[in-house]
Amino acid sequence: MRIASSSTIIILILMLLTPACKQKVKGSETEADLKAENGQPAYGDALVEGVIGEPSNLIPMLASDSASHNVANHIFNGLVKYDTDLSVIGDLAESWDISKDGLVITFHLRKGVKWTDGVEFTADDVMFGYKTIIDEKTPSAYKEDFLQVKKAEVLDKYTFRVTYEKPFAPALTSWTSLVILPKHLLEGKDITKSDLVRSPVGLGPYKLAKWVSGQELVLESNKDYFEGRPYIDRYIYKVIPDPATMFLVLKTGDVDMMGLTPIQYTKQTDNTFFKNNFRKYRYPAFSYTHLAFNQKHPWFSDKRVRQAMSYAIDKNEIVDVVLFGLGSPATGPYVPNTWPYNPNVKRYEYNPEKAKELLKEAGWQDRDGDGILDKDSKPFSFTILTNAGNSLRKNTATIIQSRLEKIGVKVEIRTVEWSTFVNQFIDKKRFEAVLLGWSIGLDADQYDIWHSSKTKEKELNFISYNNPEVDQLLEKGRRTFAIEERKKAYFRIQEILADEVPYIFLYVPDATPIVHARIKNIKPTAIGISYNMPKWYVPKPLQRHTMGQ
Amino acid sequence: MFKYLAKRFLEMIPTLFGITLISFFIIHLAPGKPTDALSEMNPKMTPEARERLEKLYNLDKPVIVQYGMWLKRIVRLDFGESFSMDRRPVMQKIWDTKQPLLERRLFITFMLNLIAMIIILMIAIPVGISSATHQNTLYDKITTTTVFLGFAMPSFWLALLLMMLFGVYLDWLPISGLKSMSYDSLSVGGKILDRLKHLVLPMFVAAFGGLAADSRYMRSSMLEVVRQDYVTVARAKGLPEKTVIYRHAFRNALLPLITLAGLSVPGLIGGSVIFENIFGIPGMGQLFFNGVMTRDYSLIMAILTIGAFLTLIGNLLADIGYMFADPRIRTGR
Repeated sequence: MRIASSSTIIILILMLLTPACKQKVKGSETEADLKAENGQPAYGDALVEGVIGEPSNLIPMLASDSASHNVANHIFNGLVKYDTDLSVIGDLAESWDISKDGLVITFHLRKGVKWTDGVEFTADDVMFGYKTIIDEKTPSAYKEDFLQVKKAEVLDKYTFRVTYEKPFAPALTSWTSLVILPKHLLEGKDITKSDLVRSPVGLGPYKLAKWVSGQELVLESNKDYFEGRPYIDRYIYKVIPDPATMFLVLKTGDVDMMGLTPIQYTKQTDNTFFKNNFRKYRYPAFSYTHLAFNQKHPWFSDKRVRQAMSYAIDKNEIVDVVLFGLGSPATGPYVPNTWPYNPNVKRYEYNPEKAKELLKEAGWQDRDGDGILDKDSKPFSFTILTNAGNSLRKNTATIIQSRLEKIGVKVEIRTVEWSTFVNQFIDKKRFEAVLLGWSIGLDADQYDIWHSSKTKEKELNFISYNNPEVDQLLEKGRRTFAIEERKKAYFRIQEILADEVPYIFLYVPDATPIVHARIKNIKPTAIGISYNMPKWYVPKPLQRHTMGQ
Repeated sequence: MFKYLAKRFLEMIPTLFGITLISFFIIHLAPGKPTDALSEMNPKMTPEARERLEKLYNLDKPVIVQYGMWLKRIVRLDFGESFSMDRRPVMQKIWDTKQPLLERRLFITFMLNLIAMIIILMIAIPVGISSATHQNTLYDKITTTTVFLGFAMPSFWLALLLMMLFGVYLDWLPISGLKSMSYDSLSVGGKILDRLKHLVLPMFVAAFGGLAADSRYMRSSMLEVVRQDYVTVARAKGLPEKTVIYRHAFRNALLPLITLAGLSVPGLIGGSVIFENIFGIPGMGQLFFNGVMTRDYSLIMAILTIGAFLTLIGNLLADIGYMFADPRIRTGR
C-alpha cells in the first residue's frame, strides 16, 4: 500500500532520465508569411519582452537603472533625440537655435502635443522639469548637466530658452525625457512620493496600463501619439529573473523578444525552429570592457610595462572564446563606426616576444630562473580585480592570466561583490589592475573618465591618469559645438591613449536581441533596434494576442 | 501555565531588541551605502551632490543615532521607507495593500511555503513510518535513496530539466510566473486551474528537495519508539500491528516533529532566491536579496525583524505544542 505513494516519485524520476522527446513546433502562423520580410501594416497584437528585472521608478530623473529607463523611454519623450546616425534631431522640439558663441539655446516646441490625460504640453512643463531636477531635494543622478545652466526662461507657450556660463557641447542632448514632467500633476508636490512614480502620465507612444510588482508591466499604445498611433497595441514586459528560464519561455512562445547570451545566440538558436519562428539581430553595444592599470603603482607607471601587457594579450582570442565571436576588439573608448571613433590608432597585435623585449628594457628579467620575471629581487606578480557575478569578465581575466603567464608574469584573479569592490578598492585606489566595463554615452564627451582633475575619491578617473595634452583636448572637445573640431580633438585623444595604454581596451560586445518573426519593420542601426518601435507591426493574419475583455 | 506563557512572552522583548541591535550594526558594517545605486560610477554625480543625498537620508549621522531613529519608528510599527529609487514604504513592498491579496509578496511566499510544507509532511510522515516498520527491506532502501536523491539534487538543475520536459517538449505546464498572460479573460474556474497549473512544477521541486529531513526524522523517531517497553506490551497484549503502530507508537514518535515544525515557522516568510528566480516567482527571497545587494537598510531591517519575531513565536508555539502533546512537560511545571 505504502509503496504506491512513493512509486509516483520514482516514475517521475524515470521520466526525467529518459531522453527528451522530439521538439514540438508551435504556432499556427503560415510559415511563408512569417518568413516574409514585410506584410500589410496593421494595428493590434501585443509584443511580450522578457526582462530580468522590473523598473524601480518611472519618473526618469529619479531612476538610475536601465530597466526603468527602458520602460520610461516608451512613455516620455525628450526635446531632442539621436537619429540613427547619431546626429541630433528634434523630438518634442520642432527646431532649435544655438547662438554664435554657443551659450544660448532656444527651443521651439511642437504645438498641440498632449499629455495622455488630455492637457496640452507647453514650455512650462520643460521649465518645471528643469526646476525640479536642480532642486536640492530631488535625488537625481543627472543634476550635473543642468547645474551648468545659468538662466532658463519661458519666452512663450512654445518657446524655451537656456543660457550657459560656458559653451558646453553635451548641453543640447541633455534636454531629453529627463526634464519633461507634467507640471499640472506635480506642481507643489514631493516628487519622490508622487503616485506618478508607479503610474506615470507621459506623452510618448505608450502609456502604462498595469504594473503587477515582480511579474509584469503592461503598456498600451497612446492612440493620440503626436507621431501617429503605434501599430502594436500592447507592449508587455514579463519579469523572468533567470536567463535560462527566459530562454525556455521564449521557446514555448510566451515571450516574443529577449536579449540572448553569446552561447544562446551562436549555438542554442541555430536550428530550424528558431530560423522559422524568430529573427536575430546583432549590432555593437554602446560599451566596452577594459583592463585598467593603477598609474600610481610603481610598476605600471612605466609606459613600457603597460605596452608590454598590451602585446602579450590577444584580444581576438578573448572575443572568440568569451564572446563566441560576438563582438570586436576595442582600440579606444568609442564604438566602431560612430563619428568620434578613430580607426587609425596604434594596434597591439599579439606578440609575446615584443612584450618580453619591452619588459627587459624596463628592467624585468627572469634572474633566478623560476619562470617569473623579477626586478630588484621582486617577482612580477599582480592581482586583477573584478566584480563578482559577471562571468564574461571572469573568463576574460582567466584568459589574460594564462597569456601573461607565458611571458613570465604571474597574475592572481580576485572577484569581489560590487559594492565592496567600489567602496573598498576603487575609491581607495587599492588595486594594481582592474577588469571593468564602461557603457558609452551617445555624446563623445569623456571628461570625467580621463581628465586629471577627476581623480579624487569617488571620481571616475580612479586610475589617476594624467596627461596635460589629453586634459586640454577634453576641455576643447566639450566647449565647441562644431562637430569637425570635436572630432579632431577626440581622434587625437584616442591616439594618445593607444600609445600610453592607461587601459588596455579589450572588446566591444555585440547586443544580440531576438524577436519573433511575426513582428515586421525592425531595422537595426548603430543605435540598436528599438528607436522605431512605434512603427513595428504585425500583419493581420499573423496577429496572435487579441485584447482580452 | 498562563504565568509561564506570560514570562516566556516578556523574555522575548529583550531578545528581539538584541537581535535588531546586532543586525543593524552588522548591515552598516558592510561596505557601501544605499545611495550607491544612484551615485556609484556615475559621471553626473558630484561629491557635493553625493553629500546632499546622504544628508537627505540621514546617512551622515553616526550609526547609533540612526539606530535610535529607527527604533523610534519601529515602536510605532513603522518600518520606514525603502532606500531604493522608488522610495516606497517598506511595508508596501512586502504587503502591498493596493494589489489583490494573491499578488502580495509576503502572501505569495507564505502560501507557497505553507503548501510545500503540507505536501512534505503528508508524504514524509507516511514514508518515514513505513520505512521504519520495514527497516532494512528493499522498500526502505528505495525510499531512503529517493529522498536523499531529492535532497542532494541541486533544485535549479532539477527545475530546469522539469521545465524542459513539461514546459517545452510536452507543453503540459507553464514554466514561469504565477499566472498566464490571458489570466484576466479566464472564468473563475479557469483562473483557479491556471494558478494550480503554475504551481505544479515549483511545488514538486520544493517538496522533493524537502522530503529527506522530515521523513528521516520520522523514521528514526519511530525506530526509537517501537523499541520501547510499552510497545512490546501492546504487542504482547495481542493488538494488531496496525493499532500498535498508529495508535500507540505514532503519537510519541510525532514529538520531535513539533520542534521541527516550530523551527520552520520563520521559514514560511523567507523565500529562496534561486528557487524564485528560476520559476519567476515574485517572493520575499528576491526582495531580500536585492535589498542586501543595494544596501537597502530599512528593507533589510524590516525583513530581519519580522523574521526574528517569527522565530521567537515559532519557538514559543513549539513549547506550547509540547505542553499539549506531552503530559510530562505540563505537570512538570
